[in-house]
Amino acid sequence: MGDTKVTHIADAIERHTIAVLVDNEAGVLARVIGLFSGRGYNIESLTVAEVDNREQLSRITIVTTGTKMIVEQIKNQLRRLVPVHKVSDLTIEGAHVSRELALVKVAGIGEKRVEALRIADIFRANVIDATNESFVFEVVGATDKVDAFIKLMEPLGLVDVSRTGVVAIARGPSAL
Amino acid sequence: MKALVDQGVEVIFGYPGGAVLPIYDELFKQNRLRHILVRHEQAAVHAAEGYARSTGKVGCVLVTSGPGATNTITGLTDALMDSIPLVCITGQVPTSLIGNDAFQEADITGITRPCTKHNYLVKDVNNLARTIHEAFHVARSGRPGPVLVDLPKDVVQSKGEYQGPSRVKSKYKPQVKGDLKAIEKAVEMIAQAKRPIVYVGGGVINSGTAACQLLTQFVRMTGFPCTQTLMGLGAFPGSDPLSLGMLGMHGTYEANLAMHGCDLMINIGARFDDRVTGRVNAFSPFSKKIHIDIDPSSINKNILVDLSVVGDAAHILEDLIKVWKARQVRVDDKALKAWWSEIEGWRSRNCLHYENSNKIIKPQYALQRLYELTKHKNPYITTEVGQHQMWAAQHFKFEQPNHWMTSGGLGTMGYGLPAAMGVQVAHPDSLVIDISGESSVQMNIQEMATLCQHRLPVKVFILNNQYMGMVRQWQELIHGGRYSESHMHTHPDFVKLADAFGAVGLRAETPGQVDDVIKEMLAVDRPVIVDCRTDASENCFPMIMPGMAHNEMVLGPEDRSLDKPGSEQDGMVLV
Repeated sequence: MGDTKVTHIADAIERHTIAVLVDNEAGVLARVIGLFSGRGYNIESLTVAEVDNREQLSRITIVTTGTKMIVEQIKNQLRRLVPVHKVSDLTIEGAHVSRELALVKVAGIGEKRVEALRIADIFRANVIDATNESFVFEVVGATDKVDAFIKLMEPLGLVDVSRTGVVAIARGPSAL
Repeated sequence: MKALVDQGVEVIFGYPGGAVLPIYDELFKQNRLRHILVRHEQAAVHAAEGYARSTGKVGCVLVTSGPGATNTITGLTDALMDSIPLVCITGQVPTSLIGNDAFQEADITGITRPCTKHNYLVKDVNNLARTIHEAFHVARSGRPGPVLVDLPKDVVQSKGEYQGPSRVKSKYKPQVKGDLKAIEKAVEMIAQAKRPIVYVGGGVINSGTAACQLLTQFVRMTGFPCTQTLMGLGAFPGSDPLSLGMLGMHGTYEANLAMHGCDLMINIGARFDDRVTGRVNAFSPFSKKIHIDIDPSSINKNILVDLSVVGDAAHILEDLIKVWKARQVRVDDKALKAWWSEIEGWRSRNCLHYENSNKIIKPQYALQRLYELTKHKNPYITTEVGQHQMWAAQHFKFEQPNHWMTSGGLGTMGYGLPAAMGVQVAHPDSLVIDISGESSVQMNIQEMATLCQHRLPVKVFILNNQYMGMVRQWQELIHGGRYSESHMHTHPDFVKLADAFGAVGLRAETPGQVDDVIKEMLAVDRPVIVDCRTDASENCFPMIMPGMAHNEMVLGPEDRSLDKPGSEQDGMVLV
C-alpha cells in the first residue's frame, strides 16, 4: 500500500507511576487488578492502603509500563471505574518522590556477617532483628537503591526478601 | 420493591429460585410491577436489553443465585459491549453461608466484575434502597451499561429503613457538557473541510432522541455525508440522500471509500471498532479526525485523533450548532459539491446488488420484500448474529432511533428472539420482527414458550440456509472451502415446532411464495415463525476481508481481488 500513512506513533515503552484514590470498599482492588489483567496491561508494582479513615478512601500506587497510548488508556480505564475518584500520573504531572521499603534477611557467620553490617551502614539500613547467625535489615529508598542493596547482600548470605512496592507523592504543596 | 417502583420500573424479566423467593413473594402481593417469566436467564437479560434499547429506559432483570446468576453472564457482557443500561438483581445465599460452597452459591460479584459496569453485594438491609437507586443511576449515567446487585436471602428477608431516590446522592458524575474551546476548534475544522464525513455510532442513540434530531439538523445544515455503524443505524434517517448507509466490514462501498478518502472525519458516539476500521494503519490515512464521545477511554484507544470532545452527544451537538450559527460559518460549497460527485460515483456501483433468481429464494430478496411490505408499519427489528444480521443492516432503512436492536459488540447468537420479546413488552401494539438464521434462533428457541404465555405476537423471520452462514462464508473465502462443522445436518421442522409451542408456523420455499407468506405473517395476531428457505451458497457482500483496508473492499463473488493470494494466512489469525 503505497498510499498509507502510519497512524500509530510513539511505540517506545515508558515507565509511569500512577496514584489512584479509591473508595475503600470490598472488591475495589480486584477491580483495579482485573482491569490490568483483563486488558493485558503490565503491573511492575502495586501498593494500597487506607489514607483517609473518615472518608474511607484508599490510595493505590501503580508502577506500569507501556506505550504513550497504552498508558493513556490505563488512566482512562481507571477513571471509568465507579469507586475511583482521582487518577494522577505522577511521572508526567510535575516532579514527585517515591520510596520503597524492603526487609532483607541475611544469614551467616564470620567475615561475611561483618561485611553485611558495614554495607547496611552505608545504605542507612537498620537492623530490626538479629540472631547469632542472621540479621533482618530494613532499607528504605528509591527502587534502584533497594535493588542495589539486595544485590550486594546476595554473596553475603541473602536468604529472604520482602518488599512493599513503590509509594509515591508529588513534590510541592498541592494534593492529589 | 418500592425502590424499583420509585425508579420507574414497570417490567421485570426474571426467573424465580430459592434465594429470591422472598422477593417473588412480595411481587405476588403487588400489582404495580409486571413480571415476564422467561425460560432461561440469558433470555431475561436479552429481553431487558431489547426493552431498554427500544425505550431508552433502564431494563430490569431478577434471577436467583448460583446457576440463575451465572446464566446471565452472556447477556451482561452483551449489554456492556453495546452500552445498554440494565439493572440485574441476583439472589444470593444468606450472608452467614457466603464462602461456604453452599447450595446454589456462586461468587457472582466476582464473576461479573469484568462484564458489568459496576456491581454491588448488599450485606445490610439499611443499604438496600440506597444501593438500588445508585445502581440505576450508574446504569443510565455516562456511558450506559449493566449493573448487578447481589442480594443475600437474609438481607431481603429483614426489615430496614427505606430511603427515597431523592435522598440518595451518588458520587458517580460523568462529564456531560463538552469543553466549549474544543467545540469552537471543531467548528473551525468543519468550516475548512473539503471532503468531510460524519461517522455516527450507537452513542447518539443512547444519548436520546434529542441527540438524533440535533444530529439530523447538523448533517442537513452542513450537507455533509453521514455514515452509521451497526449500532448507529436509525440515528440519522436511512432514506435521506445524505446517508451513505452502514460502514465497515459489510458496509456500503460508498461509505467505506468516503471514510478512506475524506479529509475530515467527525466521529460522534462511535468507538473505532475493528469491524469498522479494518486494518488500523491504513485507516482513513488522509484525514483529520474529531472524536465526540462520552467515554474518555474510547478516545485514542484504537485510532489517534486530532481533536476530542468528551461529553454527551446531545449537549455537544447543541453547542456545536449554536457556535456554528453564532459565527455564521459557511461550508466550502464548491469543494463539497466535488466531493459529493465523487461519492455518487461510488454509490452508482450499487454495491448491494445481487443476482436474483426465480427458482430459489435469495436472502437479500426475502429481506427486501420484508422491508417493502412492512415499512409503513414502522416495525421494530431485532436480529441474531451472522449473515442475516448483515443483510438486514444493509437492506433495511431505519428512519428513527430505537427501532433496530442487534448484538454488535459481543455478536451473540440467540440475542434476537428474547430481545424481540422485550421490545414487544414495551410496545405491545407495534410490529416486532426478529430477523433470524436457523442456527442462531435455536440458541434461545425456548423463549417461544414465553411469547405464547405472555401473548407477545413477535414475528420470527428465519432465513434458513441450513448453514451457520457467516462461518461457512469465512471457510469458503479464507479457509479453502473446508466447511468444518458449519453445516447442521438436522434441523427441526420449524413449522411443526411453532405449532408445538402454540405459535403459528409458515414456510416459503420459492421466491413466488415470499410475499404471500409475509402478508400472512402480518395478518396473524400471535407469535409466528417463518421458515424462509434460502440459497445456501449465498455470501454476504460487499466485504472488507480481515486485515484489509477500506479501499480494498470486495464487491461480490465476481470481484477478482478475491483471488489475490497472500492475504489468506493473515486473514486466518484475525477474527
